[in-house]
Amino acid sequence: GLFVWHLRNTGARQIPCRFVHFYHVASNRLITFQYFNFLKRMYVTQCNKDLSQRAKPKSDSIVSPFHELQQLDQEKKVVHKISSVSPIHQSWSEMSSRNELREMKSAAETEDSVIPGGAESKEDRQWKEMKLRLDDLPGILARLSKIRLTALVVSTASAGFAMAPVPFELTCFMLASLGTGLASCAANSINQFFEVPFDSNMNRTKNRPLVRGQISPLLAVCFAASCGIPGIALLTLGVNPLTGALGAFNIFLYTCCYTPLKRMSIANTWVGAVVGAIPPVMGWTAATGSLDAGALLLGGILYSWQFPHFNALSWGLREDYSRGGYCMMSVTHPGLCRRVALRHCLALIGLSVVAPVLNITTWTFPIISLPINLYISYLGFRFYRDADRSSSRKLFFCSLWHLPMLLLVMFTCKKSVLEKEDKGKLHGGSNEMAVEIRLP
Amino acid sequence: MAAARVLRAGGCYRRHPLASASSSASSGSGRAAERGERPDSVGLGFRPPAHSHSDWIGPPDKLSNLRPVIFYVPPEESALERRLREARQEAQASNQRFWARHNRAFRQEKEEFIYSRLKAKGLEMRDESGQKATLNAEEMADFYKDFLSKNFKKHLQYNRDWYKQNFRITFLMGQVALVRALRWLRRRKKNVEQ
Repeated sequence: GLFVWHLRNTGARQIPCRFVHFYHVASNRLITFQYFNFLKRMYVTQCNKDLSQRAKPKSDSIVSPFHELQQLDQEKKVVHKISSVSPIHQSWSEMSSRNELREMKSAAETEDSVIPGGAESKEDRQWKEMKLRLDDLPGILARLSKIRLTALVVSTASAGFAMAPVPFELTCFMLASLGTGLASCAANSINQFFEVPFDSNMNRTKNRPLVRGQISPLLAVCFAASCGIPGIALLTLGVNPLTGALGAFNIFLYTCCYTPLKRMSIANTWVGAVVGAIPPVMGWTAATGSLDAGALLLGGILYSWQFPHFNALSWGLREDYSRGGYCMMSVTHPGLCRRVALRHCLALIGLSVVAPVLNITTWTFPIISLPINLYISYLGFRFYRDADRSSSRKLFFCSLWHLPMLLLVMFTCKKSVLEKEDKGKLHGGSNEMAVEIRLP
Repeated sequence: MAAARVLRAGGCYRRHPLASASSSASSGSGRAAERGERPDSVGLGFRPPAHSHSDWIGPPDKLSNLRPVIFYVPPEESALERRLREARQEAQASNQRFWARHNRAFRQEKEEFIYSRLKAKGLEMRDESGQKATLNAEEMADFYKDFLSKNFKKHLQYNRDWYKQNFRITFLMGQVALVRALRWLRRRKKNVEQ
């Protein structure tokens, strides 16, 4: 759902008003058909590029004149398809579509005041004015702050908050979530600010706002500051100083350690895993105000999860990483990459057993979570043994649903606060006073 | 080897638009600024509309994947604004040079690697149907590892340069924005007084 929404949005912007601008045919079906056709083409391309990183041989530079003619042919083909759909108006629509093509070319020419020629005007249309439009700004800032990743980070922080053995306080929860979200936006924006030329050269990241010039670096930094400073202030003053300190440390770790380290050493993956582990710890400290074993366990679970997730993802991006100069295990130490992924899948089983020992969950948690932990370990083993694209993809997709499911099961098996207090009452009347104080 | 030679020839075939643009920009920018023209656009084959007062950004370059920018030279450009524009032009040109050269080297070495591996296996570059023969990802892994380690020092140097450029340009942008804001406030105060 989200994936398609994203495409539709970009599709709408990439088909500029040009189709509306010189669209003179009466029937509305013509424009909708072309719109969806364009979307369909874009969707298929995106689908292929996103996951299977087969580098497209850049033969375009040599054969570009033919490429231009090919594009025009494709456009003509689209128009002809429409005319075959409505046979009754065939002759009329064919003529009008031919007129449309002519108008398309002439409109493009007059707009850019360049020497006429079908090939030139198509290239010229790709030049964009670097002027910030206010109605584009929310979308641009959402992409700059990697809003979907931020949402994931906030949900892991919420999981940490929910798992803390204290009565649930809504205001504290909202403040902690908001503060974590703002901190994450700031960190992601600075990360993109640092990586513009590298992002341009990788298929996965070449449509980011700074790469496309939709926003200036100055504005990106100002946005990061205006998210980060209030975010950390909110956490420090509205929640507690420990959470604020963790948030600030995480921003520093991500922007000043992980981002430059990506191009220097494979140690970046371990640093990145710590970055991913801190948000649930923040959620826990927001609720309890202290850094205890439960927080570290939750952090540990997120830390271990990062490895099968990232190592599997990076397996398919080896060409881009190699060309872009990124030091990743999948490129330099492929054996280690797979070993570490498997190791941490197994660690997840171990950590699930530690949870009831620390009194965070009941013993049903390791039992119920065993199937999904075993499944991801099995996929991790297949990835370790086969070392091919299909096993890496299976492991990556499994990690995407494994984490939310594990956290959900953990929450349902959480040892309730009341249960612990009941135990206290049973153990001795002399403790009654103590129990009463503990009640909110 | 013949395949690699053809590719090298193909690579040289394309002119370096930004390299020529930057030299012409520095010499002609003084005169061009008076006329309000954009000297960069000469090399890039695109001229922004005359009424536009902003920079224009183009599609990614085929070699470097970086998007070229045609900078607007206002008729009353201050010294600070000029320093900013020149810093951006210089950064653009040097990044373009680096990535174009780097990507070209990657493509060439990749072709050479594929050719040598296919030869070792006793296969041709193209099979019966005329399609280019490729190696699978596992066989290419050796090449990727090798290429990355060979270019490691080059990347370290480039990273340092890029971070310096980026900070300098952003700082200059901040200064220009501040000066413009102060000027605007001063003008408003004058209007209010009048």
